[in-house]
Amino acid sequence: MPGAPHHGNRDGAPLDATRARRIAIVRFHLNGEPTAVAVPVHWTLLELVRYTVGLTGTKQGCDKGDCGTCTVRLDGDPVLSCLTLAVEAEGRAVETVEGLGVGGEAHPLQDAFARLGAAQCGFCTPGMLMSASAWLDVLALADDPTFDRATIARVLGGNLCRCTGYTKIIDAVEAVARELLARREESDAPVGADAPDSQRAVAP
Amino acid sequence: MSAGVGGSAGQTVGGTPGRIVGGRHGKIDAIDAMVGATKYTDDLSLPRMLHAKLVRSPYAHARIVRIDTSRAEALEGVHAVITGADMPERYGVIPWTPDEQALAADKARFVGDAVAAVAAVSEEVAAAACQLVHVQWEVLPALTTPAAALASPLRIHEANKHGNVTKHVHLDFGDVDAGLRDAALVVEGHYGFHGSTHAPLEPHCAIGWQDAAGLLTVWSSTQVPHYLHRELAKVLGLPAHRIRVIQPAVGGAFGGKSEPFDLEFAAALLAIRTGRPVKLLYTREEVFLAHRGRHPFDMHYRTGFAADGRILAVDAKSVLDGGAYSSFGLVTTYYSGQLLASPYVFGAYRFDSTRVYTNKPACGPKRGHGSVQPRFAIEVQLDKAARALAIDPIELRRRNFIGADSRTINGFHVGSNGFLECLDKVEEASGWRARRGHLPRGRGLGVAGSTYISGTNYCIYPSDLPQSGVQLCLDRSGRVRVFAGTSDIGQGSTTMLATLVADELGVALDDVRVLAADTDLTPVDLGAYSSRITLMAGNAALVAARDLSGKVKAAVAEKWQCAARDIVLCDRRAQRLDDPAVHVSIQQAFQWAEAKFGTLGSVGSYDTPRQDVHGDYRGGTIGASPAYSFTAHVVEVEVDEETGDVRVLHCWCAHDCGKALSPVLVEGQIEGSVYMGLAEALLEHHEAMPSGLRDDGRRRDPGPGRDGLLMASSLLDYRMPTALDVGEFHALIVEHPDPRGPHGAKEAGEGPLHSAIPALCNAIFDAVGVRIDELPVTPAKILAGLRAQRAAAANAHRPMPATPTGSQ
Repeated sequence: MPGAPHHGNRDGAPLDATRARRIAIVRFHLNGEPTAVAVPVHWTLLELVRYTVGLTGTKQGCDKGDCGTCTVRLDGDPVLSCLTLAVEAEGRAVETVEGLGVGGEAHPLQDAFARLGAAQCGFCTPGMLMSASAWLDVLALADDPTFDRATIARVLGGNLCRCTGYTKIIDAVEAVARELLARREESDAPVGADAPDSQRAVAP
Repeated sequence: MSAGVGGSAGQTVGGTPGRIVGGRHGKIDAIDAMVGATKYTDDLSLPRMLHAKLVRSPYAHARIVRIDTSRAEALEGVHAVITGADMPERYGVIPWTPDEQALAADKARFVGDAVAAVAAVSEEVAAAACQLVHVQWEVLPALTTPAAALASPLRIHEANKHGNVTKHVHLDFGDVDAGLRDAALVVEGHYGFHGSTHAPLEPHCAIGWQDAAGLLTVWSSTQVPHYLHRELAKVLGLPAHRIRVIQPAVGGAFGGKSEPFDLEFAAALLAIRTGRPVKLLYTREEVFLAHRGRHPFDMHYRTGFAADGRILAVDAKSVLDGGAYSSFGLVTTYYSGQLLASPYVFGAYRFDSTRVYTNKPACGPKRGHGSVQPRFAIEVQLDKAARALAIDPIELRRRNFIGADSRTINGFHVGSNGFLECLDKVEEASGWRARRGHLPRGRGLGVAGSTYISGTNYCIYPSDLPQSGVQLCLDRSGRVRVFAGTSDIGQGSTTMLATLVADELGVALDDVRVLAADTDLTPVDLGAYSSRITLMAGNAALVAARDLSGKVKAAVAEKWQCAARDIVLCDRRAQRLDDPAVHVSIQQAFQWAEAKFGTLGSVGSYDTPRQDVHGDYRGGTIGASPAYSFTAHVVEVEVDEETGDVRVLHCWCAHDCGKALSPVLVEGQIEGSVYMGLAEALLEHHEAMPSGLRDDGRRRDPGPGRDGLLMASSLLDYRMPTALDVGEFHALIVEHPDPRGPHGAKEAGEGPLHSAIPALCNAIFDAVGVRIDELPVTPAKILAGLRAQRAAAANAHRPMPATPTGSQ
């Protein structure tokens, strides 16, 4: 994978690596901002966010869809940006870890991860946050908001972590999810009445 | 399960009021990681930066007849091509075994050995140019096992004096033969430990750049900036003061980034040659090739026990599969025996360890360097002895406890020792007494114990300089700046320093700014290896902080006309000990001190004790540490007897870290260690294809890219556990403060890995009566063990559980 903007061959010698490639203009929403960038058509979304707009929070861990560190949200869904062509973002909404906070406030997940020790080296963290935040958004609207730690493990199953053993990551996601459900019960009594008892109490 | 949401990571809750040490807080730099602001090496870009790629050998063993780089050089966009001839100086992280070259010049010794490097305008062009580098090879037989390497007249390193043996250690303590003769029970068996690798999620990356004044700067994802600094100077032939090494944030290391690699040398030389910054980023496959992971061990152990379970003698023989280079192998070979003689009393002890070169990626230090493999063997043997002698396995371990302030048979002084409390805690938390023996078949509990070092007593090169230095400055705004050479690789050394300094100087964690791991700006620390930073850099930081807190207190005392000892610094203020209502902001206190003493700075350093720490014999210093951590694990498994699948349901790990300076971080180290140990036992295997075998197991002619090719060099094939593959981990902190640690602190990052693995295997035996003496645990081995068990039961008409497959 190229690690830098492509430079065409000045002499036009036909070699794959130096052959000028078609450039596409991609118009999309990036973390809420209307954005237009020019990228070689063969570039991935990961290359676009890291090298074109300079959002290096999204990581490259394997470049072939095995590790999940490159996870971003495309129209709300978590996707592996290393397996997604940049041009697929056309007309869609891309969210990266840099856009996760709301109005200058940290997303509750960011706060919980930081406080509860869910990040050690931090390299998997952006991808974890994007997968977990996508699930929380679904949970907030789900007809049946039941979940347990195994649910969270499934949500994070595509994101490898080498440091934590996942324990504190699941702790952090669980804490935020429980608070979200508690708020939902307060504001939405019918749903709250249907919601099963928490398997674990929400910590103070 | 834990505290809720809200507040900042730097906010401390719990612990002693007014104190930061021991309170629950996150990492001070955590929020940067949360918003994607943490800069790892690959996140850095410099103007006009070029990109480099390495040309790697497709053969496991092949002489380089000649290299033609002309076609690569002619490719548009290529700025420089270098080969081994450009950096012929041999180096090695252990100075006694300099058997590596930045780029191999004479021959390739494993599939993936780098022989040339290209700098170009993009990675894509550099990769294309690599294809145009023509290497003429003379292919040699690939020696892919220690047995083949020991038997062959062919030397992997021609200059090595002892054939393909890289290191042999034989040490004898006491009369082992008499101990075995007098034993009521001798447990003898063969134990196999397979290779595994660190697989940090951040691939290695380096950037080189030489400025107009000639200063070479290398940014690297290293965990040992100081050793990298030294080796760059040696290989590039530059004086050390012309080189600056900066370690940006590192995305995991686990020992896999603890020596210099081809990429740092190549990026540096290409930067010098081109006059432009050069970045070299490994692909994921290259991370697997760089390796330096867990050595495969073949072990034969004979251990003699008295009828009451006391260990009378241990006779250990090990062959270590070293791979293509020495790496830290000299130390590994010693550690394979030297770190075993605690937490149990050995009546007599002998070990004989031989490390062998093979044509595979070099092995080195992975978390629990050199002592995880022997720990597996001895702890499984203890379990066998407990069964044979009808003693509870926890009780058997208690009976052999070496004690605090004791001396191992190989001469190491053990200070604080919380091993018994570790056993108590896992026994209680797991419900051991009530549940063990009463679980249904297929479920089992296993126990094991271990110890590890809090740093090595000696630097890896001869030195009488301190192992760690820390420099502090107080700011008029009430902030503290810490300059330290320490490498934060995710374990939290930056937070550890801030915790100690904030606690001593009465500021909040958020008020401490740590600038770490920049050889131009920070004092030397030897690096993030052997679990040394908390004890060593922590002590250095305390020395420096106490110097400044003394000055601040003296200045405040002068204002208040009282004694300095009557002043307390805490909660961002200075106050009277006897009357907390009398106080002043810490900012004001710092300013009074600056007015009195001038600009406020201090330095602290730490060096290890030289007296009464280790034995007085050749090799007696290797494995010695200022303080030792202790660990006990209980693992609960469920074994599916139809499929052979093993699931870990729970792992309780009690770890004596002396004093948990930051309990949240200590728990994280325990959980991460448990994860990594169970992962390598159950799922992971860093394995190369043996020579002369085809995929279908039949012999074939040697060809390119087969002999010695890695069989799992992606994160899909190398089966790192996902969140779905792990059990519930229970971190139990035990605190037996050691007089040599800062506030009594010892290590927490590596010890909690060791005994997870034998505890798992002992639990499997408890569950289904199958012994796993050869790792990894696989369904096939479980099923084979169950078949053997049924056959034995049918023959002997004996009730279950039947004789285990291993010897006893």
